[in-house]
Amino acid sequence: MTPLIKATKLTKVFGDLTAVDGIDFEVAEGESFGFLGPNGAGKTSTMKMIGATSPISGGELSVLGLDPATDGPTLRSRLGVVPQENNLDEELSVQDNLMMYGRYFDMSRAEIRERIDELLEFVQLVEKRNAKIQTLSGGMKRRVVIARGLINEPDLFILDEPTTGLDPQARHVLWDRLYRLKQQGVTLIITTHYMDEAEQLCDRLVIMDKGRIVAEGSPRSLIDEYAPGEVVELRFPGGVLETLNSRIESLAPRTEILADRALIYTEDAERTIGIVTETGLEPETVLARRSTLEDVFLRLTGRTLVE
Amino acid sequence: MATPLSLRVFEAEARVYRRTWRGSVVSSFLNPVLYMAAMGVGLGALVDANMPGGIEGVSYLTFLAPGILVANAMQTGASEGAWKVMGGIHWAKTWQARLASPIGIEGLVLGHIFWSTARVVMVSVIFAAVIAAFQVAPLLESLLAIGPAVLVGAAMVSATTAFTVRLKEISGLPMYFRFVVLPMFLFSGAFFPISQLPNWLQPVALITPVYHGVELSRSIAIGGSPAVTWWVSIAYLLAWIVGFGLVCVRPLRKRLTP
Ligand SMILES: Nc1ncnc2c1ncn2[C@@H]1O[C@H](COP(=O)(O)OP(=O)(O)O)[C@@H](O)[C@H]1O
Ligand SMILES: [Mg+2]
Repeated sequence: MTPLIKATKLTKVFGDLTAVDGIDFEVAEGESFGFLGPNGAGKTSTMKMIGATSPISGGELSVLGLDPATDGPTLRSRLGVVPQENNLDEELSVQDNLMMYGRYFDMSRAEIRERIDELLEFVQLVEKRNAKIQTLSGGMKRRVVIARGLINEPDLFILDEPTTGLDPQARHVLWDRLYRLKQQGVTLIITTHYMDEAEQLCDRLVIMDKGRIVAEGSPRSLIDEYAPGEVVELRFPGGVLETLNSRIESLAPRTEILADRALIYTEDAERTIGIVTETGLEPETVLARRSTLEDVFLRLTGRTLVE
Repeated sequence: MATPLSLRVFEAEARVYRRTWRGSVVSSFLNPVLYMAAMGVGLGALVDANMPGGIEGVSYLTFLAPGILVANAMQTGASEGAWKVMGGIHWAKTWQARLASPIGIEGLVLGHIFWSTARVVMVSVIFAAVIAAFQVAPLLESLLAIGPAVLVGAAMVSATTAFTVRLKEISGLPMYFRFVVLPMFLFSGAFFPISQLPNWLQPVALITPVYHGVELSRSIAIGGSPAVTWWVSIAYLLAWIVGFGLVCVRPLRKRLTP
């Protein structure tokens, strides 16, 4: 089957800054595909090129079989976009915002009205239909933007950091909605710098750093490949950690010393904790957990995702 | 058949206006009443007393009415090209939102100019009705005088938008209104003939759209022929609309679709 998106050596340059540095990826229909990376990795630049709102600087890009450079309007009419910033019309009601957006796609008013009913139901904002955007919480605004992005029943739904800046509860509501979309078979592209978001929502993802793709795979396979097993996190009182570098590094083949804590990668967390105590190290807190995509990122780049 | 992209933008602007018109409608009525009362009736009585033959053969109020109609349309056009554009690009970023839909830069600019011109029409119709109420000119002539006013308003929509889309921050706009719009309002022949200006300033007044609009509008409202051949003035105003409209495209494209 031909992929919905195919990027080859895709590049974006701003002046002398290379924001996206020759990346290759493919997204298949029905897939939920993620771009995980820290701020400045080039995620938004990539989304804008896919969304035909930013011309590519190099390489090749085909989206829904179309060339964003020449088929921009046709392509955009089949996409749904949730931009990183909300950009709703704050003075208008939820309904007016959705109606206005639907009309950009030349849908009939009756058709849009029907769609609004469904979508408000879907994003659980039925009772906010006539509320002005400026009266809504951040999480509700985000849900309106999601409804807006779905107004034209897109063949591909692009979400740029859908939950950044939201409180945990609002994030979980959004994840639940996005998970529903994924189950309905909508092709999703999600960028995020939250590893738990990527783990929850993405079938497959690429890890981006400094404009490049550093790894690709399913969340599970990435963890198995780059950070298998478990992690023991040790926190020490301020200043103590620096003096313990070599002692901690000798505990296991793979360790990471961060500003505030040390991570020890292991097959067996309990045994490692035992060794830590035997060695006479006295951490403030000890935490054993399964490794995550955060550990994968750390392994690949030596840095954490969220500073 | 598919609706042209610019008309989709026009409709969106109309939808926003339908929800927000209350803020501006009072001033649309009040402005002409205040101007006509203060300048026309108050100041006019003094002017008329000093000039038995009238200005260009008519009373000051009669002289002023078409002029201020045009000057007011100019100001309306300038505001439409300023704050809404700033908001669309920098504050609410609703213009970015449009560009993620099938709307492109050209449709965005054209729709914006269409709608803003429609706003100039609304404001000018109200103005003309007030003029008619002051019994300066019959309603029909007042309404006909709107034509040039709308051209001037549209010219200023284009020109102001072309300026605003190049701004990096908002502070440029108050400067623009103080040093471009206000002088153009006062010195382009709306309140007194530009022959009263110092010689070196007259050519400056001559290149403003307001001057051409005022001459056309005045000749329609109170008769006589305009100082510049009518079709030259119309062509000049159209050139502003199209020319400045075109030069909006590049900076907007750079800013909104980098
Ligand atoms: N319009 C622009 N002009 C100049 N530089 C830009 C522009 N947009 C993004 N950048 C730069 O490109 C790099 C990647 O940015 P972005 O794609 O927004 O990353 P992310 O979304 O992963 O945080 C950053 O260094 C950013 O400053
Ligand atoms: Mg981003």
